Amino acid sequence: MSERRGVVIVGEFSEANLAPITTELLAIGRRLAGQLGQELSAVFIGNEISDQVTSEAIFFGADRVYVIDAPLFKDYLNDSYVRALEKLDKEIMPEVLLLGHTSLGRDVAPRLAFRLDTGVTLDCIDLSIDAKTKLVEKTKPVYGGNAIAKYICEEGHPQMATVRAKVVSPLGRDASRSGEIVAFDSGLDEVAMRGKVVGRVKEEVAGVKLEDADVVICGGRGLGGAEPFEKLRELAGSLNGAVGATRPPCDAGWCPYHYQIGLTGKLISPSLYIGIALSGSSQHQAGISGCKTIVAINNDPEANIFGIAHYGVIADYQKVLPSFIEKCRELSSRKDDRSNYFD
Amino acid sequence: MIKIAVCVKQILDPEIPAKAFKIDPEAKRAIPPQGAEFVISDYDESAVEAALKIKDSYETKITVISLGPESAKSTIRRCIAMGADEGILLSDPLFDDSDSFATAFVLAEAIKKLGDFGLILCGRQEGDWDAGQVGSGIAELLGIPSATMVGKIEVKNGKAVIVERIVSDGREIVEVPLPALLTVGSEIGEARYPSLRRIRDASKVEIPTWNAENIAVAKSKNKMLTLFVPTREDRCEFIQGENPEEAGSNLAVKLSQAKLI
Repeated sequence: MSERRGVVIVGEFSEANLAPITTELLAIGRRLAGQLGQELSAVFIGNEISDQVTSEAIFFGADRVYVIDAPLFKDYLNDSYVRALEKLDKEIMPEVLLLGHTSLGRDVAPRLAFRLDTGVTLDCIDLSIDAKTKLVEKTKPVYGGNAIAKYICEEGHPQMATVRAKVVSPLGRDASRSGEIVAFDSGLDEVAMRGKVVGRVKEEVAGVKLEDADVVICGGRGLGGAEPFEKLRELAGSLNGAVGATRPPCDAGWCPYHYQIGLTGKLISPSLYIGIALSGSSQHQAGISGCKTIVAINNDPEANIFGIAHYGVIADYQKVLPSFIEKCRELSSRKDDRSNYFD
Repeated sequence: MIKIAVCVKQILDPEIPAKAFKIDPEAKRAIPPQGAEFVISDYDESAVEAALKIKDSYETKITVISLGPESAKSTIRRCIAMGADEGILLSDPLFDDSDSFATAFVLAEAIKKLGDFGLILCGRQEGDWDAGQVGSGIAELLGIPSATMVGKIEVKNGKAVIVERIVSDGREIVEVPLPALLTVGSEIGEARYPSLRRIRDASKVEIPTWNAENIAVAKSKNKMLTLFVPTREDRCEFIQGENPEEAGSNLAVKLSQAKLI
């Protein structure tokens, strides 16, 4: 059968910290490794990778960490990262190779799968090992989120997938865990790379970041323009939350693209989500499945969003919002008064 | 002069309401509701727009290529009406049910046969299967560099492109030598609407069809085991009021009681 062994996850990091997706990949990697009776490794590619990154990977479940560290990898470039992983695959021959469904994962995984002559499934929300075939069954949303499909790759190794963020809970951090750290030389020459990074623009986010916010107010096509977003920002401000949008307002230029929440935008998981004048397409719902409480205000009783909302108001948001905002203020100032009284 | 190839797919209208969406679990695909339309996949339309934006400033010839049934010609015609110069359909029962690998293979073969493209543009993912692989796959099969999730393209003296890639915390600016393949999303800008005259002219354009006799076929690598529509629990509590204003107020009270605000 296959001489391949082991589960490898491609980790991501920011400065000295693991990106959350890495701990999630380690958790699902650990599950698959357990089902296969094989080991779990992580690989990090970059320049001057901190020891903390590799040790944290072990604390969160890796048995071994491969470090591909060179000035060449300081900036992500498709050509260099794909080649490095191709070389690693040839050297260590894993059974399973997982990436996060991130900017990096989306760019690397298809290219790498075609390079390695194997199949890959992107944006998986579940993975499991088929007991008989030992192949990875990959589950992912399709038709913009309207349906779920399960795939398998019968001929092709390693078994590859990218995993959607926030669908797997990380394992508990265990600082007593030990593991092996292995430096891997990709042997790549910077000059031979096809392409180079010439700049970077960081998006300016005022206030709370959408992915981190505990309260998100999301505007949709029904807002009709850029101005109504001011009201949403006001509401978000009073609830200490962030503002997002579905795709149509972004496409129409009513708000910046980094507001976009959905299948091809951001995935959020706040305690409270309030969707205003949005229909709730499947593509958008894909971005909010992690929200604990979903509230929707829309004057269309048939809007898809009511199919997943916990609370809804069927009315014109322009009439609902002002009194909603006022009542929120009143209730929070009453709370403040009470707490002051007891000081 | 840059020759640009744009790969486009015709799909079932993704805007059909969730309630009307049904699948055939045996055939493992969606069942088009009565009167449903087939349209160009959103991001593929963005790819056509990206090509046209280049054409706005450079001498360009744009060839649209689509793998699909005969009906996909209407999508190719729409792209020509938008401003593409020509189109070609790849159609054959042997191409049906192709996964991303088999699809990329056939498209790459057609591109090789048509020859000489400086730039190939694809949508970042198709609006039906959302696989997100065909663009990168074509690039790999052709042995050319690629960049995905591109929001802006600038041609640098015909030998390279400088692109802005959309990443999680902003944009990455990358220079890629030509020939290259780029995948784009809607950040590229709103797709231009063809005039009635152009639509009429496009209806007269001949669109050749290539089949498995003209291009090699490949076996799929990914097999779909099941397809299902998840059941939804109806859990929405509708907040009422004498009027919308009161409902708004009642909603705030409800959320406060639930300790959400």
